[in-house]
Amino acid sequence: MSPTLTWVAVLVGAAVVFAIKLVGHLVPEHWLAEPRVARTASLVTVALLSALVAVQAVAQGQALVADARLPALAVAAVALALRAPFVVVVVLAAATAALLRALGMA
Amino acid sequence: MSSDEVRAARRQAVSVSVATGLYGVSYGALAVVAGLDLPQTMALSLLMFSGGSQFAFIGVVASGGTATAAVATAGLLGVRNGLYGPQVTPLLGAHGWRRPLAAQLTIDESTAVGTAHPPGPAARAGFWWTGVGVYLLWNLFTLAGAVLGDALGDPRRYGLDAAAAAAFLALVWPRLGGPQAHVARLVAGAAVVAALATTPLLPAGVPVLLAAAVAIVVGLLAPTPTPTDDPPEAAP
Repeated sequence: MSPTLTWVAVLVGAAVVFAIKLVGHLVPEHWLAEPRVARTASLVTVALLSALVAVQAVAQGQALVADARLPALAVAAVALALRAPFVVVVVLAAATAALLRALGMA
Repeated sequence: MSSDEVRAARRQAVSVSVATGLYGVSYGALAVVAGLDLPQTMALSLLMFSGGSQFAFIGVVASGGTATAAVATAGLLGVRNGLYGPQVTPLLGAHGWRRPLAAQLTIDESTAVGTAHPPGPAARAGFWWTGVGVYLLWNLFTLAGAVLGDALGDPRRYGLDAAAAAAFLALVWPRLGGPQAHVARLVAGAAVVAALATTPLLPAGVPVLLAAAVAIVVGLLAPTPTPTDDPPEAAP
């Protein structure tokens, strides 16, 4: 992505996310009270975040590779199960991958 | 009495703001590593101001996705903010210029704190203090993270690529627990399979959007046995 195109994406993306917030403050409440709408929005969030976990963990361009990111993700999962705060989870994952790579893992 | 409630709401707002602001460091660092420059990284925190959408945006950029895919993914992750509006507008009674301001500050954390306190001054204090507090600290720590990420050099050496995956896992984790979450876990599994199966076939960024399509189909077609309540998480 060229710097100009990145700027366009940044500004359009920010405008879209703000517009969604504003719509929530302006539309009549009952439009969004339908349980199916709320549940679908919640599931879309889950699906996007889960897909991003998978892609960030094993994709390299269009190839799927198993490298130091996978054991790092496992460490993050254990930390989350132990109720560690966000920052601790992220730092532990980075440290695990950094350590494994220092030891020669891809 | 009432001033005690307001004080409690402010206290909670401050602690949530500090905790949330801190992970702005990881966003700032990862944004620079993904290829955004410092002004672009800051523009997302100042203007988009929604952690999940910002992480998603830089995730798509980092994987070589198109501008359209980055905007679409960030927008879809921002949809839940739109659903928070009807929860907070009755509490705030904001008019005029305060309305767009309240909208910009409507995120997971401000909604969670605002709705956790009794309607009236305490709920208003909870929403505004959390919204403004997170906004200030999130942007401050984004700047710190971006400067740090720039100084680090090769992101793989410090495991920052793994940190990105861990950040998304931490964001989705609270949504996979609880007694009502079996549909969420099912959708999460299907999303992972759909994204990975299509990664070798489709342009970067598209597999993630395909996973959202899976969720929309399940959400609209599956029966709704009980009204699902999806409280915003105070923790990210």
